[in-house]
Amino acid sequence: MSLLELSRRPGRTTFRLSRPAVSGVLRPRLLLCCVGLAALTVVVCCVGIATGDYPISPLRVVPALVGAGDPGQVFIVRELRLPRALVAILAGAAFAVSGGIFQTITRNPLASPDMIGINAGATTAVVAGIVLGGGGLRLPPLGLAGGLAAAGLIFLLAWRRGATGYRIVLVGIAVAWMCTSATDYLLTRAQLAEAQNAVGWLVGNLNGRGWESVRPLGAAVAVLLPAAMLLGRWTRTLHLGDEVARGLGTPVQLARLCLLVVGVALVAFATAATGPVLFVALAAPQIAQRLAGLSAPPILAAALTGALMVSASDLLARWIIPDVDLPVGVVTGALGAAFLLWLLVRTNRAGSGG
Amino acid sequence: MTPHPTLAETASPAPDGSAPATPADSGTPAPPTLRAERLRLTYGERVVVDGLDLVVPPGKISVIVGANACGKSTLLRALARLLNPASGSVQLDGRAIHTLPTRQVARQVGILPQAPVAPEGLTVIDLVGRGRAPHQTWWRQWSAADEAAVSAALAATGITELADRPVDELSGGQRQRAWIAMAVAQQTPVLLLDEPTTFLDLSHQIDVLDLVVDLNRRDGRTVVMVLHDLNQACRYADHVIAMKAGRIVAQGVPAEVITADLVAEVFDVRCTVTADPLTGTPLVIPTGRHHGGPAAPSPATD
Repeated sequence: MSLLELSRRPGRTTFRLSRPAVSGVLRPRLLLCCVGLAALTVVVCCVGIATGDYPISPLRVVPALVGAGDPGQVFIVRELRLPRALVAILAGAAFAVSGGIFQTITRNPLASPDMIGINAGATTAVVAGIVLGGGGLRLPPLGLAGGLAAAGLIFLLAWRRGATGYRIVLVGIAVAWMCTSATDYLLTRAQLAEAQNAVGWLVGNLNGRGWESVRPLGAAVAVLLPAAMLLGRWTRTLHLGDEVARGLGTPVQLARLCLLVVGVALVAFATAATGPVLFVALAAPQIAQRLAGLSAPPILAAALTGALMVSASDLLARWIIPDVDLPVGVVTGALGAAFLLWLLVRTNRAGSGG
Repeated sequence: MTPHPTLAETASPAPDGSAPATPADSGTPAPPTLRAERLRLTYGERVVVDGLDLVVPPGKISVIVGANACGKSTLLRALARLLNPASGSVQLDGRAIHTLPTRQVARQVGILPQAPVAPEGLTVIDLVGRGRAPHQTWWRQWSAADEAAVSAALAATGITELADRPVDELSGGQRQRAWIAMAVAQQTPVLLLDEPTTFLDLSHQIDVLDLVVDLNRRDGRTVVMVLHDLNQACRYADHVIAMKAGRIVAQGVPAEVITADLVAEVFDVRCTVTADPLTGTPLVIPTGRHHGGPAAPSPATD
């Protein structure tokens, strides 16, 4: 018996090690997607870091990142521009994974945290903080609290003999509208400056993000992304419906609760750092799924797609109107929607490329 | 995040902790016993099944028949621990099934619900492979046992050539066979099927039922299924369970149970019962209002 057995068929290669007894299914197209997306993200990031009031050659960005080169450039790259690039990557990944999780537990591609009120909850809390003057409360913790509160409310209201995917979506939409109304009410009461400040945050913004934004978000993603990937064993059966999943030995309610906690935490941390960057959570998992030719959003590929979407959108925003700090959310909305439409038209059905 | 791997390992019949090679294979211990005791099943306020006792005959094919909404699917779901009893219990080898770890149950009892839906784009082999979930851990996703079980399930259901096709592009009959293949790959000694022949044309219905007999005869699996067609039930069942309004009206060998009186009671249909010319099992011929006439009101058995 050989140490490694490989067997190939279209779209999937299985491998089996005799010792340790590890085995699994590899999907070459998915791997290729991940590598391609990661490479593109790095390139976009370097170009993004190179772009600004003080232009640096993109080729010098990588040496500067490791501390080589002109000390002035190193300072600009590492202290001023790298945090923004990292926040874009981390927030994009967090939104995308969260979206993929919600689409999985509800079995509905339209269910994403922007649709079912979790972003809206975070937004309401932050706008309330800005408008009512939270007494020195900082915005990120407020956003976190708002997102968690909205998620808790949704799950409480949806939990009747176990929350089903359909109920979560319906209750979530109702909660989203309640939060949006509250936000609108707060904005009508606000002073002009406050309102401007709040609206700038409302669309999702990367301007002026420093290391203080990177750290909490980075820690959250470092814990929650692997958690989401480990939960993949449960999500694979959940895709087949609750009854089949339970028949296959998946603890359905526990799995859903774990996924929900991970998804909500991801989106809450990301929203706290950047504001609700629109459309990433909805589109990135779907784009990744179609690129990889799979029947469900792949977690890691979705994370990379989200990172690329936000990084590229931020770069575009700065290229299109160089003098104005265009919020990144404006671009992700336009760009992501167009790309998703193109994919839908081109493939005509999910995963048919596989 | 692995769902109770250690707990599930201890439940595995295989001593080395690897996925058990066909627990239902010949020469293995007797299939587990499945029974319901004083079972009461409700949906909210509505009582569907009340005070039901049932011992599923091990190693046999049992078929549950009854009119719509008589509680037969509900009973099947409860036997598969998809529905928790309001009172009473379902017992697997003498232990209440809804208190056992769900993964451990999934190695003993397989359930194919009615009309399951696969996500778009999922290929047949991926669907069938998911039947192995209760035998897998996160580092062992495609063991030799998994591969053998999936190949055997594809072959048994005659869909080996369709393995790489998306499930949603298949015909109704092929799709149903793919789902059954998933349940077969789970390699449980007990298999519960909720109307496995729904939406299938006649030839595919016979295919599926013959497959069920294969699984029973070859692997010694206990099968419980809900069927609508009484004549198919009579032909394929070792043990038929007739239900009405949440209770078992009669059960036993089809030839003894299925009489014109029983059909009248359970389905509210007048009929003649004769012997199936091929198998000798009861053949139910409904009378209806326009046929048979007053000359044939009294049923003639045999």
